[in-house]
Amino acid sequence: MEGLEQIKARIEAAVPGAKIEILQNASPSQQHSLKIDNEHAGDVAKFLRDDPALRLDFCSNVTGVDWLDRTVKKTVKVKKVIDGEEKEVAETTEEKITGYLEAVYHLFSMTHKHGPVIIRMRTTDRAQNVCLTSLTPIWRSAEFQEREIFDLYGIRFDGHPDLRRILMWDEFEDHPMRKDYRQPDDYEYEPTPHDEVLEKAKGHYVSRPELDGAEKITTQR
Amino acid sequence: MSEGIDEGLRSKLQQQGVWVTSMQELYNWGRKNSIWPLQFGLACCAIEMIATAASRYDIARFGGEVFRPSPRQADLMIVAGTVTKKMAPQIVRLYNQMADPKYVIAMGACAISGGPFKEGYNVLKGIDRYIPVDVYIPGCPPRPEALLHAFMELQRKIDEQKLNGANKAAHLDPDQPSEFPVPAFGKRDLEPPANSNVFHPPAIERV
Repeated sequence: MEGLEQIKARIEAAVPGAKIEILQNASPSQQHSLKIDNEHAGDVAKFLRDDPALRLDFCSNVTGVDWLDRTVKKTVKVKKVIDGEEKEVAETTEEKITGYLEAVYHLFSMTHKHGPVIIRMRTTDRAQNVCLTSLTPIWRSAEFQEREIFDLYGIRFDGHPDLRRILMWDEFEDHPMRKDYRQPDDYEYEPTPHDEVLEKAKGHYVSRPELDGAEKITTQR
Repeated sequence: MSEGIDEGLRSKLQQQGVWVTSMQELYNWGRKNSIWPLQFGLACCAIEMIATAASRYDIARFGGEVFRPSPRQADLMIVAGTVTKKMAPQIVRLYNQMADPKYVIAMGACAISGGPFKEGYNVLKGIDRYIPVDVYIPGCPPRPEALLHAFMELQRKIDEQKLNGANKAAHLDPDQPSEFPVPAFGKRDLEPPANSNVFHPPAIERV
């Protein structure tokens, strides 16, 4: 199968105006992916499926990712003239990246027996603009998985034929796989709580002034 | 067991071919040897339940082989597996549809407390939050022998039930409820998250 750069160049030639970006994956798997923009997602997907050399006719997996707001610190060495001398000074810049939601599609070709090609789409933020283009019209297998992403992450897929919750009940309002999801406080006794569960348990402890502290000393029972 | 007759006399009479019993004993003996479970499974525990019903472990030896597909004909609900919050109202509804006397076995860690999914967002932390449970079996999943043991414990429990008097069985007491409120789907959790008339968790104590 051709490389990602080549695929990117061919998409840009076939779909005018498409903004494609290659996202590097530094992990040992080296599975780099293509970030495609929301407006041209349908056309890009159609090209990936129908192009005779690619024929990515099978969408095996769709999943969501929640990215919180984060700051990236970058240290750059800059040459500066200080007191007439040229010195190398390390400058730290902070870049604030607003959080977004992401949908990841893993594509394979049954015809050519190659893959995966990984494509990603991102929303602009996590609160209001959480719409992406549904790729269910291109790959039917994405239907339930996009519903699952809608259910657990809260991404709305435009053009999805039947966008309802699939795992949680319809009346449910949260999106449990988001990183800032907090489940309702429903703690019950555990014999050996630890870590996060211990923190939760502490919130349910009743104060025992006769045992816990100063009162015990002052009252002198 | 039969009241009002001396055990020694009873055994003497039995040696002579006269069998003396009581209504209660006969009634419980009949019931405990013909417990019809409700045929449904929720997760991997159900596979063990199926194995228990099959020839190798053979629950028929204890009179429990008639798995009924309708709650109207069942005596025993074996909650075999993870009860998700989405499934919980249906389980309670099935329990309500069963005719008295009815019994519940909570099979496996999930049915008891939520098990490995206890801190998850979608799993009920034990079916005893909504319906009364007679026998709990720990295990993940419990082996068929454990289910048979629970079955025998239940038989013992049935055998000890009284037909009259102050301690008579719950199903003979008109004041005891036989149906329990079905929880509703709420915005964040089931409403209510537990039925306080049924569910009595241990208090949190510190050492």
